[in-house]
Amino acid sequence: MSTMKTDSARPGRGIRPAQSKTPKAPLAQRESPLARGGALIVMGVFTLYFLVPIWWLLVAASKNRSQFNSTNPLWFADFSLFENIGNLVAYRDGVYLKWMLNSALYAGGGALIGTIIAGMCGYALAKYNFPGRELIFNVVLGGVLVPATALALPLFLIFSQISLTNTFWSVFLPSLVSPFGVYLARIYASASVPDELIEAARLDGAGEVRTFFTVSVRMMVPALVTVFLFQFVAIWNNFFLPLIMLRDETLFPVTLGLYAWNSQVNQIPVLRDYVLIGALLSIIPLIIIFLLLQRFWRNGLSAGSVK
Amino acid sequence: MKKRAVAVALLTAATVALTGCATSGSTDGTTAADACAPSTGKVDLTFTTWIPGMEETVAIWNKANPDIQVKVQTGPNGNGGTYQNFFNQLKAGNAPDLGQIEYDALPNFRVQDGLTNLAACDGVLDAKSDFVDWTWGQVNFGEDKSVYAIPQDAGPMAMFYRADLFKANNIAIPTTWDEFATAAEQVRATGGYITNFSQSDINQFAGFVWQAGGTWFKNDGDKWTVDLTDPTTTKVAAYWQDLIDRDLVSTNPPWTDEWNNAYNTGSDWTWNSAAWGANSIASGAPDTAGQWAVAQSPQWNAGDKASGNWGGSSTAVFKGSKHPYEAAKFALWLNTSDESLTMLNKTANLYPAAKSGLELPALKAGVPFYGDQAIYDEFAIASAQVSPDFIWGPTMTQTYNDVSDGFKAAVSGKGTLEEALKVGQTNTIAAMSAQSIPVNK
Repeated sequence: MSTMKTDSARPGRGIRPAQSKTPKAPLAQRESPLARGGALIVMGVFTLYFLVPIWWLLVAASKNRSQFNSTNPLWFADFSLFENIGNLVAYRDGVYLKWMLNSALYAGGGALIGTIIAGMCGYALAKYNFPGRELIFNVVLGGVLVPATALALPLFLIFSQISLTNTFWSVFLPSLVSPFGVYLARIYASASVPDELIEAARLDGAGEVRTFFTVSVRMMVPALVTVFLFQFVAIWNNFFLPLIMLRDETLFPVTLGLYAWNSQVNQIPVLRDYVLIGALLSIIPLIIIFLLLQRFWRNGLSAGSVK
Repeated sequence: MKKRAVAVALLTAATVALTGCATSGSTDGTTAADACAPSTGKVDLTFTTWIPGMEETVAIWNKANPDIQVKVQTGPNGNGGTYQNFFNQLKAGNAPDLGQIEYDALPNFRVQDGLTNLAACDGVLDAKSDFVDWTWGQVNFGEDKSVYAIPQDAGPMAMFYRADLFKANNIAIPTTWDEFATAAEQVRATGGYITNFSQSDINQFAGFVWQAGGTWFKNDGDKWTVDLTDPTTTKVAAYWQDLIDRDLVSTNPPWTDEWNNAYNTGSDWTWNSAAWGANSIASGAPDTAGQWAVAQSPQWNAGDKASGNWGGSSTAVFKGSKHPYEAAKFALWLNTSDESLTMLNKTANLYPAAKSGLELPALKAGVPFYGDQAIYDEFAIASAQVSPDFIWGPTMTQTYNDVSDGFKAAVSGKGTLEEALKVGQTNTIAAMSAQSIPVNK
């Protein structure tokens, strides 16, 4: 690995990431207390703004129905959270758990495979010279601009043609595609995977696929984790596509299931409790994923900035 | 950069083109019933509904009918997305055999030619006498030889009231709207409100108009007529505008915490609502258990016997179903048989549209939340008094939105209910014209 150099001449004219060029700016040694205080206040306000709804949800989910309307919405009454969870899980033979499992499958599987595909695509676009490369990349970039919601109905009509609506695949397959992931992977690969390294791997006799999986992927991990996270959250929160595609309750992701319940609280009031508790439980996997992966992610954001 | 712009433009154009084909309407004035012959062999039907627990009812059918197996599909309520899904599926040619459609959405499916006319199916025309009269009017659109859906449930309206508060304050239970206004003043003097005016759910107001004998739409077979500003509607609107102006009714948005709280704390005393509303109060105002009772709606003229309706849905067979005969057979069983109606009432509180359903033991018993009054007897009386002449238009979602925008403004002091209805009238005609639905301007 002696050929590894930090300053590589990259082929093509990919977009150079800003952070790799930024010289190490001399940090302001002394911030004025005013600026620091101001920053803290702004951060504090936003933290509060983002956390209050979650706090409300937690408090609301811990109340029984009569207390829900009659007690302070931001403080606990009798703590019946676990009893409520028990009721939710028992309702209709545990259909809620099924939804959570579905969401985990759609989001976990979709994000994993989607990340691999995006990583390979981005890597290929960054490291191989072939005709039409820029055109393909630009089309992918265009894909970033088209909201997923706008594609749901066309997808439904296409899936109808091949009789795949109302199946697991009708939600899973479209989830595998992440134009933004391709974009990020390309930028990152061109900045962080030196051509010399790939060359060395080739000289050592590794095939292209092996080079990608054993050498390049390791250097791209921070970007791939970011793509995975984005993709996971996007699929987990994706609501419109399942709404249009799925009719079978046992295929629903948790977002659609809760929405379906919520649309009937006028006539079946007990569903309101289940929606609240279900919403609370449904954000827990997202929190876990973020806590587990943020280490890699932070590394990714700073990596390459101090070469 | 130029290439990118082209790529984006292409993608966008493709999206627009694909999305575009989902919206277009066709009207057809045919009244001939669609062919309806039994299929041979085992038949599988799909049925989309948002009623929770429908599986249990369908399981009874599937057990008794091994040759006609029904599979339940579900989703959010109609306006929450299921209607749009139906239209998408009709477009894609994979609509379910049967679907739940509320009465106010049926005309929309009718003008888009999405429904099978079941009149030729065995037993469907004869079933007319099994249902409360006005519900049949909702599914045949006044055409003799047509049946576009089988009525499922209904929402005849009556008045829920706090029996204890009226008694303690020596206020008579109002039987006419004049008395209601007088009582409103007395209630206000004690610090409460006699009722809450639903500013965002226009169905309550529609129910008041229905009771007063108005109708918002007419269809003479060729053309629609929209009349949101007829004298009856205007009278009803002026009545409620007066109560709002004098601060005699509260105007909490329905189904919110404030709304629940107003009933739970005894600040609101009555609710003019449908049979299914019994559970809304019981869950929204649990602290008031045992204090409520139900009486017939106040009348416009003393001695009248008229009721409005709020909600209710039907079971329709979609165009493109290969087994309309079996689908109709199932829909009739679902909505007339005692075993089905009992189960639907138990699992989803459905209030049946079938006459026999009104005699279910569960609907004859006293309800503890209402001081053990047999409240559904009142609703059975109300159901028989609902006018069969009220019909819905083909663009109700738009009409509701426009009118409720105006109502929300009116309760906060900007404009009046009548003005909101005028705007609704203009916009509804415009919306129907835009969809090429023939309408008198």
